[in-house]
Amino acid sequence: MPLEDTASTINVIDYNFGLSRQKTSNRNSGVPLHFFLPTSPDSAPFHYRPSFHFPASNHSLNVIRPFTLAHGTTTLGFIFQGGVIAAADTRASAGGLVACPAVHKITPIHSHLVVTSSGSGADCMLWERILAREIRLYQLRHRQRLSIRGAAKLLSFMLHPFKGTDVCVALTLCGWDKEAGNTGCAKISEDSTFKINDSSSAHSSQDVNVRAYSASPNSGPQLIYVCSDGTRLQGDVFSVGSGSPYAYGVLDRGLRWSLSRDEAISLAREAVFRATHRDAYSGNNVDLFHITAQGWKQRQREDLKEEFYRDMEKRAKIVDKRKRVTELDSYG
Amino acid sequence: MEYLIGIQGPDFVLVAADNVAASSIIQMKHDYDKMFKLSEKILLLCVGEAGDTVQFAEYIQKNVQLYKMRNGYELSPSAAANFTRKNLADYLRSRTPYHVNLLLAGYDDTDGPGLFYMDHLSSLAKAPFAAHDLTRDDAVDLLKKCIEELNKRFILNLPSFTVRLIDKEGIHDLEKLAHGAK
Repeated sequence: MPLEDTASTINVIDYNFGLSRQKTSNRNSGVPLHFFLPTSPDSAPFHYRPSFHFPASNHSLNVIRPFTLAHGTTTLGFIFQGGVIAAADTRASAGGLVACPAVHKITPIHSHLVVTSSGSGADCMLWERILAREIRLYQLRHRQRLSIRGAAKLLSFMLHPFKGTDVCVALTLCGWDKEAGNTGCAKISEDSTFKINDSSSAHSSQDVNVRAYSASPNSGPQLIYVCSDGTRLQGDVFSVGSGSPYAYGVLDRGLRWSLSRDEAISLAREAVFRATHRDAYSGNNVDLFHITAQGWKQRQREDLKEEFYRDMEKRAKIVDKRKRVTELDSYG
Repeated sequence: MEYLIGIQGPDFVLVAADNVAASSIIQMKHDYDKMFKLSEKILLLCVGEAGDTVQFAEYIQKNVQLYKMRNGYELSPSAAANFTRKNLADYLRSRTPYHVNLLLAGYDDTDGPGLFYMDHLSSLAKAPFAAHDLTRDDAVDLLKKCIEELNKRFILNLPSFTVRLIDKEGIHDLEKLAHGAK
């Protein structure tokens, strides 16, 4: 029997992008299965075949911008025995101008998911909100929290129609998946605030120190990189942005699974600091989040200017010591 | 910069793919798997533009699985290859063509092993030859020689390769080949 014609196969797919008519599934008890998609004349949904003519080139119509888009940044995330660390600088640059020195590049989405953003600031802000909304809708519809991998795939599919346009979004989802079999309700951690109202069921607290989570694909710490060009990568360490080569340099040297919490935080801080030192488009402060089974905790934003001066002093001392040693040698 | 290779023997196909997932000049992952299992005896190796590879390969993968669910038996490698080619061709002249290059390797219970090459212009070519009397070990040796030459002359560093073998028993994972493998 021949395979069904491509066109009919496509229409059977449960979700559709961008088309305004609602499609519901009887299986899901009438829940609409379409995802939100901001309409734009240049977006090309997955199976959409234009019946009218677009300009010959594949690119979006060129809009003249009053300033260059912000793209420079250093963000990083890595997994270690104590959970996930997410760190980023706080500078938003527009060409050569520091548009804002105190931007939040790490945004909590829910109690166990934090997103670091890089690329165009406006696009990231929008897509973070869209992601948060879709995750919340999924939770309401299915009475179960979407896994981090699921959230990444959802985001990737929502971004797909904008491939080839000027949308520039590179998000790293850093989160913690509950063990399979648990209900999706998280225990509220005292320090973390929620963007959504999670029902705080009295869950017995999980003793993270005793339980050694396996690095299985659907439970425990997760780190997934999603980019508007369609890349979706799950891994143990990612750094994104113009300062990422410098951050990778520091991370690749010092990163081990067995780091303690303080060592990991110090490593992340050092990586961002070195990147901000060398990269013109990164700088100002460093934000740091630590995600565990209990949720995310934010470290106080730290101004790297102080760190820079401390580093300068340290170096000056080393140079001094060396000078004194060579003086002694030359006299000895 | 990616690398896929397939070697067809008398009753098996050996395939290998590099493990690097790169973003411009940075290697973001060193252990990325570029092979997609379409069915018990068919593998799709997919390289090309960043998002297109996974989107397209997963689309083909799910459709092949759907066929099996609907009809109770699996698509043959030749049918899967032609289905893939048709999809590539349909999207080629749309606003969003898929820029992917593919190798489809499979074992058909009636026709034996098959290796198909497809590229982003949706050309399809079945390798019309197979090395006679090529044992599995010979094929792995041949593969190692190819990788050695690659590491010698290719400008990019491809440190490791995933290797799989398909025969009438199904898909077998072989040992990963690393740089400097003798």
